Amino acid sequence: MFLIRDLVSARTWLAMTQHLSGLFLGFVAIFIVTFGLGFGFGGLFFALAGLPLLGVTVRLAHWFARAERARFALFTGARIPAWPAPGAPGRVGFRSGIIPRWRTWSEGATWAELGYALLRLPVSAAAATISVTTWAVGLILLLLPAYGAAMPSGGPTIGDTVIRGTHDLAASVLLGLLLLLVAPQLTRGLAVADGALARRLLGPRRDLAARVTELEISRERVVDAAEAERRRIERDLHDGAQQRLVALAMELGRAKARFADDLDAARELVDQAHVQAKEALTELRNLVRGVHPPVLTDRGLDAALSGLAALCPVPVDVHVDVPVRPKSSVEAVAYFMVAEALTNVAKHSRASHAKVVVEGHGYPGTLTVMVSDDGIGGADIAGAGLSGLADRVSGVDGRMSVESPSGGPTIIAAELPCG
Amino acid sequence: MRVVIAEDSVLLREGLTRLLTEAGHEVAAVAGDGEGFLRAVAEHTPDVVVVDVRMPPTFTDEGLRAALVVRDRWPKIGVLVLSQWVEERYATELISGRPHGVGYLLKDRVADVAEFLDALTRVADGGSALDPEVVAQLLARSRHPLGELTPREREVLALMAEGRSNAAIADTLVVGGGAVEKHINNIFTKLGLAPGDRDHRRVLAVLRYLGT
Repeated sequence: MFLIRDLVSARTWLAMTQHLSGLFLGFVAIFIVTFGLGFGFGGLFFALAGLPLLGVTVRLAHWFARAERARFALFTGARIPAWPAPGAPGRVGFRSGIIPRWRTWSEGATWAELGYALLRLPVSAAAATISVTTWAVGLILLLLPAYGAAMPSGGPTIGDTVIRGTHDLAASVLLGLLLLLVAPQLTRGLAVADGALARRLLGPRRDLAARVTELEISRERVVDAAEAERRRIERDLHDGAQQRLVALAMELGRAKARFADDLDAARELVDQAHVQAKEALTELRNLVRGVHPPVLTDRGLDAALSGLAALCPVPVDVHVDVPVRPKSSVEAVAYFMVAEALTNVAKHSRASHAKVVVEGHGYPGTLTVMVSDDGIGGADIAGAGLSGLADRVSGVDGRMSVESPSGGPTIIAAELPCG
Repeated sequence: MRVVIAEDSVLLREGLTRLLTEAGHEVAAVAGDGEGFLRAVAEHTPDVVVVDVRMPPTFTDEGLRAALVVRDRWPKIGVLVLSQWVEERYATELISGRPHGVGYLLKDRVADVAEFLDALTRVADGGSALDPEVVAQLLARSRHPLGELTPREREVLALMAEGRSNAAIADTLVVGGGAVEKHINNIFTKLGLAPGDRDHRRVLAVLRYLGT
């Protein structure tokens, strides 16, 4: 039943349109790309005049690829993910807008798009020929009884045999019917195959897709980490400074009430309030440092880390060699990594000594951060602190490793790309 | 003493002005940013200035840079820098080469009025006042081994670095003046520093030693 329905279904005829329009577009594309590449590369031998022509050709091939993705979406419903445009993140751009850079020619995307433009014509030609022929032969055979008798020899001839008579005609009609039933499936099947080819050439490589998945996961983790951080700040403010200020206001309120009759008691209450106020200040200061230390922005890692080391109860050697300041997001991750690692050193390691080494390599290059101690080891990598740290590191595309055999020592290291 | 204050928070500016006036000092001018502050200093030539590190327009280290300008252009004016947080690096920049008449304290210290006024006076007189937190950072980041010092000597070294006089150190540690003298001499001997006669020279020696 569906075989008959498919004869008139929109999908079938859209697929046919796909083949026929591909034929036309392929003709234009092959002409432009052959001409562009031929004269472009040929032109290189005489002067550099070929370069802009090559640039235009690569651009045109890219625009053609974009148009093709739209055409596939329209006629076959297939969605093909796009390569980035030349010059967009992930793809090499052009010098002064039109002259291709050397690296353009080592990009898979460039060759895939050019190759696709060349392949469009032969592929569409084959698909269109097969589809149209099947339909046409089917119709011719099916309708043979209607016009066969009117032909000069009384019917079409195969060699010396003339096809006429009930028996021959019945076979012809049956064969025509069969071909017509097959034709829609063939037309659609070829469109699907065409789509697969286009996806292979026009869709990004699989490693790119894997990278997208990885980025999606890491983005999610960074968002979660930020959320957890916000909750921590809220909790710290609520349990710390806010409670102290409440207590302070209370003491002052009581002191106010006492001033009239009991001066000594009032004075004592004011003293207590004074202490509360100072403790609230200390807590707020530590909280601010934990959120983002101002000195990190003003003076960079060396200054900020030496402040951090001074606050650590375990003696810490700090060695910072960063010739060029990395961008602030990388600095912040390095800072918080050292902060978290030193907190762990102080809390769990029972170490007598810790060492922080931060080095910048190349420009923009990478920043390596290492925190080691001579403690008992056994750090919990899955714990909130270290896993949160790993999330932050992956948020800037860095890699972190934790070595902490039980018995020690513990070494936490990270490599952060600065570019 | 005549004082010029640079502080962008109105609340703190008023509070400081009141505190200083009540203590018998004269607040010649108050400013809310670095430029206005430098103009006020040029106009009034005070004995001492109180500067907040973080001020408009950049809200980073405007105040510190203004303080450095005052230190270089008017060496006689004491410079006391206040900050919501203290950093060894800022202290180093402020003190480098000339630890006379400079101070660097946490804003919190203002709450202990008597100590704060004492520090201000010290700075105005050409002494120094470093926040204990800064000193702790300097000691932690010291480029020399302090291992030979006894715990008590380390305490004395820290107090010295804060800019305190022998008498003040003796008071803080609840010991006699002679004992403090002895500790100090031991420290200088162990660290190989020439003993100084005046407070600020001692501080200079200590800070040099700590690597500023």
